[in-house]
Order: sequence, then structure tokens, then C-alpha cells
Amino acid sequence: MSKDALKGPLPVILALPVLALLQVTLQDHDFLIYLTSLVGVNVILAVSLNIVNGMTGQFSIGHAGFMAVGAYSGGKLSLEMKDYALSFLPHVVSDQISFMLAILVGGAAAALCGFIVGLPSLRLKGDYLAIVTLGFGEIIRVIVQNTEAFGRALGLSGIPQSSSLAMILFWVFLTLLVAKRIADSSHGRSLWAIREDEIAAEAMGVNTTGYKVRAFVISAFFAGVAGVLFAHFVPIINPGSFTFVKSMEVVVMIVAGGLGSTTGSVVAAVFLTLLPEGLRSAFSRLDDPSLAQKVDQIRMPIYGLLLVAIMLLRPQGIFGTHEIWDRWKKKPKGAT
Amino acid sequence: MSGPAVLGERTPRDPLLEVKDLQVAYGAITALRGISLSLGQGEVVALIGANGAGKTSTLRAISGMLRPKAGKITLRGQDITGKKAHTLLPLGMAHAPEGRGIFLNLSVEENLQLGAYLRKDTDGIQSDLEQSFGFFPVLKDRLQQLAGTLSGGEQQMLAISRALMSRPSLLLLDEPSLGLAPQIIEKIFGILRDINQKGVSILLVEQNAHLALNLAHYGYVLETGEIAMTGPGKTLLASEEVKKAYLGE
Ligand SMILES: Nc1ncnc2c1ncn2[C@@H]1O[C@H](COP(=O)(O)OP(=O)(O)OP(=O)(O)O)[C@@H](O)[C@H]1O
Ligand SMILES: [Mg+2]
Repeated sequence: MSKDALKGPLPVILALPVLALLQVTLQDHDFLIYLTSLVGVNVILAVSLNIVNGMTGQFSIGHAGFMAVGAYSGGKLSLEMKDYALSFLPHVVSDQISFMLAILVGGAAAALCGFIVGLPSLRLKGDYLAIVTLGFGEIIRVIVQNTEAFGRALGLSGIPQSSSLAMILFWVFLTLLVAKRIADSSHGRSLWAIREDEIAAEAMGVNTTGYKVRAFVISAFFAGVAGVLFAHFVPIINPGSFTFVKSMEVVVMIVAGGLGSTTGSVVAAVFLTLLPEGLRSAFSRLDDPSLAQKVDQIRMPIYGLLLVAIMLLRPQGIFGTHEIWDRWKKKPKGAT
Repeated sequence: MSGPAVLGERTPRDPLLEVKDLQVAYGAITALRGISLSLGQGEVVALIGANGAGKTSTLRAISGMLRPKAGKITLRGQDITGKKAHTLLPLGMAHAPEGRGIFLNLSVEENLQLGAYLRKDTDGIQSDLEQSFGFFPVLKDRLQQLAGTLSGGEQQMLAISRALMSRPSLLLLDEPSLGLAPQIIEKIFGILRDINQKGVSILLVEQNAHLALNLAHYGYVLETGEIAMTGPGKTLLASEEVKKAYLGE
């Protein structure tokens, strides 16, 4: 395929029948659908966080906060719209239209938060951003926990289960496409320069603050989308789903995969989702729920050990900054 | 305040850059207490002074990498005070920052390409690349090498070439001699003269007062945030104070 073929809407159109086929094949396997949905949401989270932490070299550790903004705003909207259907359309279609609306609203709300948080804090260089994003994530959680309309600590339940596998994978695909296009564009080269050396990038005429804020807003948008998708296939969302632990989970994914590598983010997100979920459900089928609970308890220590091991053995992450599609390019750039 | 000692007046016929009463502060620390300087079209102007005098701060304020507290900066008569670096580059001002500031993990070629970041004219970029190779042939042999593995002198050559890749009319250079062997420094200064003769004006910040004042048409001596003395390069070089304070004679 020529390079130009990857631009424009062609890839999206090509992907749709594949997604539909998947949806039909997996229709009767509830657990597989659940697992694949979870993988999809985590891939979106990892790939989007990688745009900020990997490609731009900033350190955000509040991704769960943006996910929560999406989940709650999209979820609330769907709850409110539950009883309205576009009567002239078949139920499924009407349902998916309001779902799409919820996704866009949730993404936009998260993007707006990204802008509000990013504009002042991205002027700062270095670690301050990490602290600001950490604070942001916690603030969101605390606000939700104390707002009646969001169900306080109990959370929101009864959100229509509109997330279809096809919709989730469609957004996974869109996230990947956007990430790849950013990386290949002049926007990507600017982010790359910022990551390598911010002062030098500034001297080259890169509008460093502008590009950082843009990357941050795009990243927050997709985190918000992931949140909406999540809210529409789990039975209940509550503040406990969006804690600092969730943010760290995503950070671990992108660091393990290789900061800056979209491929690495995907592989690590898939692996690190399947591992605990697979174990958990395998155990819970063994009629021994206590083992299943243990998986959750040992999850963070295992992540910690994994990070330590990767830092010692392969500090650049599994993929470094490489991508699988680099193989089809003429020659890897300046790498040793 | 008595103002600077002026050894030989001059008014640049065709002012390119003018700085008036520039003040820079970092929080409570005042780095510049209101300095004025000017640079004419086609000139090399040197700014010399001891460590911490405020030379780097002056360049950073001019190139928009920090916001001055007060004062006015004009480029070709246009007020550019407080403008960001990315808006000044298209106006023809390039800054090779202190400590070279090259992208160590990128190849020489990629560094040079980033120097032309805001340009779209592929042909012009190519001919400017050739021009850089003319000045510094060693860069041509090192194109694919990672910039971090170049020698200090080569890195400085790369930093200058990269700044030239935006095709500036004014080049701001912050201590190009930093950490280099005397022969390399002389070579680089020789090439700075060539670059200037091709029509690029240069504002040169230096510790190496001897070389800088020899090259410069005009010079300013900065002392703890104030201009202490100004005059034509050769005149300053001959003055007793400069000799004593900066040339160790
Ligand atoms: N980011 C900063 N924060 C606080 N103070 C600063 C900062 N940058 C510079 N300064 C202070 O401002 C003063 C002028 O610094 P500047 O870097 O301009 O000096 P300089 O003349 O370039 O010195 P050198 O020859 O050592 O490079 C110094 O006292 C320095 O400590
Ligand atoms: Mg300095």
C-alpha cells in the first residue's frame, strides 16, 4: 500500500467490515467479549497516554482522571437519555446514535479538562507536570465521590450496556490511526524535538507550549472516550475504578512497552490486561473466589517487580522507540 | 548610575537590532539592570563579561526564550519585546544557545534538518546544507553519526550550522569557544568571519575577549547586569581596563 493510501478515510472504511465480522463471531461468548472490551479500553488509554509521556517526553500520571471525566459525563448523559429513543429508527440504531453522542461528549469533556489543566502546567518544565496531573486525578475522584448526581461513593449504575465490541475496536483503531499520523507528521517531529531537548526545540522555532498543550488535549480526549466505552459495558462505575492505581497501571504499560512506541503501548496493554483478568477469571471458575481476589491483591506488587525488572534489563522498554511499521520503511532513522 | 564609559561613539547607519533599557529578573534575582545596545546591518557585535554578568540572559531575552521585565527590543524597527522564539525565527533571528544545545540522540543530518524546521523551500534548504559543508567539511563526513558522539569542536560546528539552516540575517551565538582547544577556536572564529562576510550579522557572547573583540566591529563590556564600557572592538582591546580585567595582561 502506498503511503498516501494510509491518509484519508480509506483505512477506516476498510476496518468496518472486519469489526462487524468480529462482533458477529464473538456474539455468544460473553466472557470473551468482556475481556476484549477491557483490552480495547486499556489499549486506548495506553496509546493516548503515550502521545504525552512517550512522544512528547512530558510526565503525566493522572490519566485515570481524564478517563473518569469521560466515564461520568458520558454515563450520566446516557442515563438521562435512556428513555428517549429516536422512534423512527430501529432500536439498535437509535441506541448506538445516542451512544456515539455520549462518547463524543465524554471525550470533549475530558479534552476540555486536559486544556484547562495543561495550559498553565505545561509551561512548566520537568516534574511539576507530574504533580499537577496527580493532583488533578485525585481532585476529580474526590469531586465525584461527593456529588449526589454522580452517585457519590456508590457510583452510577444502570447505564445502558451499549458498548459493542465493534464500537470499542473502532475507537481502538481510530486512536491508533491518530497516534500514527501524529508520529509521522510535522506535529510528531515537533513533539520529538521537545522530547529530545526542550530548549533546543525552542531555539529551532518549535512552539513548545502550543504543541505540548495540543498533545495533552488529544491524549485527554481519547482517555475520555475510553472512559465512556468502559462505563457502557461494566455494570457499575464508581470512584474506585479511577484511582491513582489505575493511572499507574497505564503508566506501567507504556513504560514497559517502550516510551514513545505505539506498538509497545499496544502490546503491553494487551498483555498486562489479559494477565490479571485471565488469571482472575480462571480462578473464579475453579469455585474458589478467594484465589480470584488474591489476583487483585498481588497485581500491584507484580507490576512493581515488572517495572524494576524492565528498568534493569531493558530500560528503554520492550520496543524502545521503535514501531513494527518501521520495518517497512527504507531504513531506521539515525538509530544505532 | 554613571552610565557606561564610551570609548569612541558610533551610530550604526542601518540598525538591525536595538535594545533599550533591558531588564531581566529571575524571581528576586536581577540579572540585567537596564542595558542598551545596538547592532547595525552586517556588523559583528561582541558582548563580553565575567561569569554571571548577564550575557546569556541578554541573548535569551532578545531571542524570546525569556520574557524581559522591562525595556524594549526592536528588530529592523519592529517591536519584538516579549515575543516568543517561534515567532522571531521567521523574522530572521537564530539563536545557538549556550552549551550548544544540539539534539544529542539525533544524527547530524536530523539536527540540521531541525534547524530548517520552519522552512518549506526544499531547494533552499539543500543549498544551505551545501554552504554549511563548505564552512565545516567534517560535518558532511559525519552526517549519519549521532550528534552526541561528535567531538566538542564538531558539536559547536554543528550548532552554528544548524542555526544557519534557518537562513537568519541575525545570528546570536552564546560562547562558541566554550571548552574548545585554541586551534579549533581560531578555526571557528575564522569561519564566523566568513559567515559575516556573506551578509549575516552576528551578536557574539564570549568569555574569550581577545578573539571576540578582534572579530567584532563593536563591543560591549557587561559587568553584573550593566554595560560598563562600549567601543569599537580594537579600541576596547587596547584599553587598559579591558586588558587588566579580561585579557589578564
Ligand atoms: N534560570 C535562572 N534562575 C535564576 N537565576 C538565574 C537563572 N539564569 C541565570 N540566573 C542568574 O542571572 C545572572 C546572569 O546569568 P547569565 O547566565 O546571564 O550570565 P552569563 O553572563 O551568561 O554567565 P556565563 O559567562 O557564566 O555564562 C547570574 O547571577 C545567574 O545566576
Ligand atoms: Mg552564559
